[in-house]
Amino acid sequence: MTVSQETLDEIALSRAEYEAIVDRLGREPGPLELGLFGALWSEHCGYKHTKALLRTLPSSSERVLVAPGAENAGVIDLGDGLAIAMKVESHNHPSAVEPFEGAATGVGGIIRDIFAMGARPIALLNSLRFGQPSDARTRYLLNGVIGGISSYGNCIGIPDVGGEIFFSDTYKGNPLVNAMCVGLIENGKIASASAREPGDLLLLVGADTGRDGIHGASGLASRTFEEQTEMRSAVQVGNPFLEKVLIEACIEALDLPGVVGLQDCGAAGITSAAIEMAERSVMGLQLFVDRVPRREEGMTPYEVMLSESQERMLLAVTAGTESEVFDLFDKWDLDATVIGEFEAGEDVRIFDNGMMVSSTPIITLTDAPRYEFSTPKPDWLTTLQNAELTVVPMPDTTAAEMLLKMLSAPNIASKFPVYRQYDYHVQTNTVIEPGGDAAVLRLKGTKRGIALTTDCNGRICYLDPEVGTAIAVAEACRNLSVTGAEPVALTDGLNFGNPETPDVQFQLTEAIAGMTRAANAFGIPIVSGNASLYNETAGAAIFPTPIIGALGVLDDVEKHSTVGFKAENDVIVLLGSDSAWDTTDGLAGSEYLEFVHGRVEGQPALDLDLEVRVQTVCRDAVRAGLVASAHDLSDGGMATALAECAIIGNIGASVTESPDAGGRWDAAMFGEAQSRILLSVSPDNLDRIKALAHDHDVPLAVIGLVGGDALSFGDNCSVLLSDASDAWKNGFSRATSDRD
Amino acid sequence: MKFGIVVFPGTWSDRDTHHAVSGVLGQDAEYIWHGDEKLDQFDAIVLPGGFSYGDFLRCGAIARFSPVMEAVTAFAERGGPVIGICNGFQVLCESGLLPGVLMRNDHLEFRCIWTDLRVENSSTIFTSASIEGQTLHIPMSHGEGNYQADADTIKRLEDNGQVVFRYADTNGNVTPDINPNGSINNIAGIVNEHGNVLGMMPHPEKACEKLIGGDDGNVIFTSIIDNFVQAVV
Repeated sequence: MTVSQETLDEIALSRAEYEAIVDRLGREPGPLELGLFGALWSEHCGYKHTKALLRTLPSSSERVLVAPGAENAGVIDLGDGLAIAMKVESHNHPSAVEPFEGAATGVGGIIRDIFAMGARPIALLNSLRFGQPSDARTRYLLNGVIGGISSYGNCIGIPDVGGEIFFSDTYKGNPLVNAMCVGLIENGKIASASAREPGDLLLLVGADTGRDGIHGASGLASRTFEEQTEMRSAVQVGNPFLEKVLIEACIEALDLPGVVGLQDCGAAGITSAAIEMAERSVMGLQLFVDRVPRREEGMTPYEVMLSESQERMLLAVTAGTESEVFDLFDKWDLDATVIGEFEAGEDVRIFDNGMMVSSTPIITLTDAPRYEFSTPKPDWLTTLQNAELTVVPMPDTTAAEMLLKMLSAPNIASKFPVYRQYDYHVQTNTVIEPGGDAAVLRLKGTKRGIALTTDCNGRICYLDPEVGTAIAVAEACRNLSVTGAEPVALTDGLNFGNPETPDVQFQLTEAIAGMTRAANAFGIPIVSGNASLYNETAGAAIFPTPIIGALGVLDDVEKHSTVGFKAENDVIVLLGSDSAWDTTDGLAGSEYLEFVHGRVEGQPALDLDLEVRVQTVCRDAVRAGLVASAHDLSDGGMATALAECAIIGNIGASVTESPDAGGRWDAAMFGEAQSRILLSVSPDNLDRIKALAHDHDVPLAVIGLVGGDALSFGDNCSVLLSDASDAWKNGFSRATSDRD
Repeated sequence: MKFGIVVFPGTWSDRDTHHAVSGVLGQDAEYIWHGDEKLDQFDAIVLPGGFSYGDFLRCGAIARFSPVMEAVTAFAERGGPVIGICNGFQVLCESGLLPGVLMRNDHLEFRCIWTDLRVENSSTIFTSASIEGQTLHIPMSHGEGNYQADADTIKRLEDNGQVVFRYADTNGNVTPDINPNGSINNIAGIVNEHGNVLGMMPHPEKACEKLIGGDDGNVIFTSIIDNFVQAVV
């Protein structure tokens, strides 16, 4: 072997993988060719450790128009001739190195995936994970990431309507920055990222190509974090203005008869984009690297092929019609250049100034090795799951003091200080703004609406990756159902540690099994996804964090429900349980247990049958107009959910029964048993709600009344609404403000 | 009547404005490309929000040199109604059609929130459908909306009734606490001396239907339409 270990390390290929390349080619790869393999066989592009697992996910339903993996994003039919393209993508590693540009270009990348489908992007969501905000570097990362999302998203005119921010020590060295984009498209106008026939031209449009982002996919996204500190130049730099213009120009270009394919140029740049297009078209391809417009002089073919310069797209265009395309892009002051030609055959042939510098069978590049594994459950996990939670010491505060403390916890407090930095009104479709359980958008020209959310509790996934991922799906769907929307599709962002270690292999396998089980229970497909592995620092993996993005449909968007209590004397009803308060079992993996006691332990549980029935009752009640408010119980349990309904509605509430779980008010108030939804209903509608629950065999408890200016729970907890409101509204700013 | 909606590269409020004046209020509306120089067919011109030309250098600083702005200036000089919203307000200030500048928000953050605007002058063609002192619930969304001008200019604007909107609380009280960006005297919108050019930072086109949080923004477009109809009659 002539190749050095240093070269292999640079492109993150193993010696065994190199030997597989030699075996497939029947010769040693050339230097440029080796770069192509490094990019396409990277974890980021090649899905080496996840492809076999992802194939097991449910991917079909009557609504699926474009299946996962087939194109840049999955597409779901909404009816009325409309469809939705949706996808989540991670930009964790770039954001850890350079948070502002990392997060900004993450937004840019996922938007390109969506308009590559011919869809107009109509919403963005962000799912973020950081270490504890008491750490100065975490605050730097947090502010940089929020600034990057704000700067890119606001400039481009796509509303940022939701997402999550979650803090836990596990993410301290490796924050997670996942972005979801949703696009609207007319049914017959879905674009494909392929050419139609040999002779079709390959056009590069948008930005010039520079040296930024070389080895982004093979380097940053496929290594652990301590290797990255010197890799800042592998982070791309974004220009949202250019992307905004590119969106308009590309959507317009798809109306030209000669434009037959559109493809995002993202991770691994032209290499990945062009070769994937050729593979999808079942054709060969000639690429002329010398024609690629450059941002700087002296770039080698290797650098041009692997640059991840942002705001570039590829078009497949029927030969002879390219002048129309040039005119259109010229109108938008954008470059469009023919850089290749599809041809009959199976090879990608790369030319530089008339010289062929590389010729490789496409199948050898795109068919990355696939690693399968079956790893037993580690003993440490069994120990954590079996921890005895009844021995957790009782806090030395009153229940009222603890409620205020929990409301001000960074994971529970209002995130308004963040999302007020994002434009969530632009495009004038936002019916439920960020801050609810899910965002709701109307679809102009129809009665319909869609609901969107992202969800994943990494702590619960750590304690049981199978059940935890099923809970992420259940909770995402619950967030939709409380607005009245019916869940119809999911997308996932898999964020895990090093897949070469047994623990992470176990977590991946279990998470996919849990996602499958839950998606099947709801009867909905996973239409797209992304995997980010190697999220580790100093050999310690992050909590497994399979972020779930969910899409719901409201047939009549006027009939939706919101979180806040509405009127004095409305009755407070808990769906999914026959008693107001939780038991000690609910402490497993709870926010309370980590935030107050520093413990991450216990066995999370989910009854999926009950979950589906509870959500059905909630949706039916919202649609029938029986509900004044609806809120999902999640982090912080019953007490914080009630407080949120009261604070948002600016009206107090009282619960009759005192919180008590075998002598523990803390477990009763903050336990996180699943499948519970808090409703407030007019007394006139109570009997109909009860009948609906009874019909679906769903337990229900009538627990109290809306009204007054305090939150009072039986006789052992009473807090002024104004104090609760201050804790919840200002908790985030207090926890994240810089101090000495 | 026919609204012309100017589209610079980077404008994103064009489609929202079209929806508000055409989809909701039933008027004719057409987009005007930034290279166009003829505006004769229009009865009112809107410079919508967005980030024209990426807002490189300074917000609105490049847009003012586009061919369409010469035509807009001529249109305004003939007395035609022109409304600049958010980035459009910035372009109007850069072009000299309105006095003053829009600086970075004093807290240095982008801010997307609902605001309450107190109507300070209901005799303009942009506010005649409102009552003086009433508040309009309209969202804002900007990083650079901190209106400033020299003391003489501010005095002239105040004395002439050219300050049309101020940030206020829901009861119409104008206080420093409620000021979302540091604008002098809580100024959210002004007109030129002749009263036919309005610049405002909040987005009336984003408050055009109850389903999306409110329709107070229609007051402004309805005022323009009413005045046009009366003028024609």
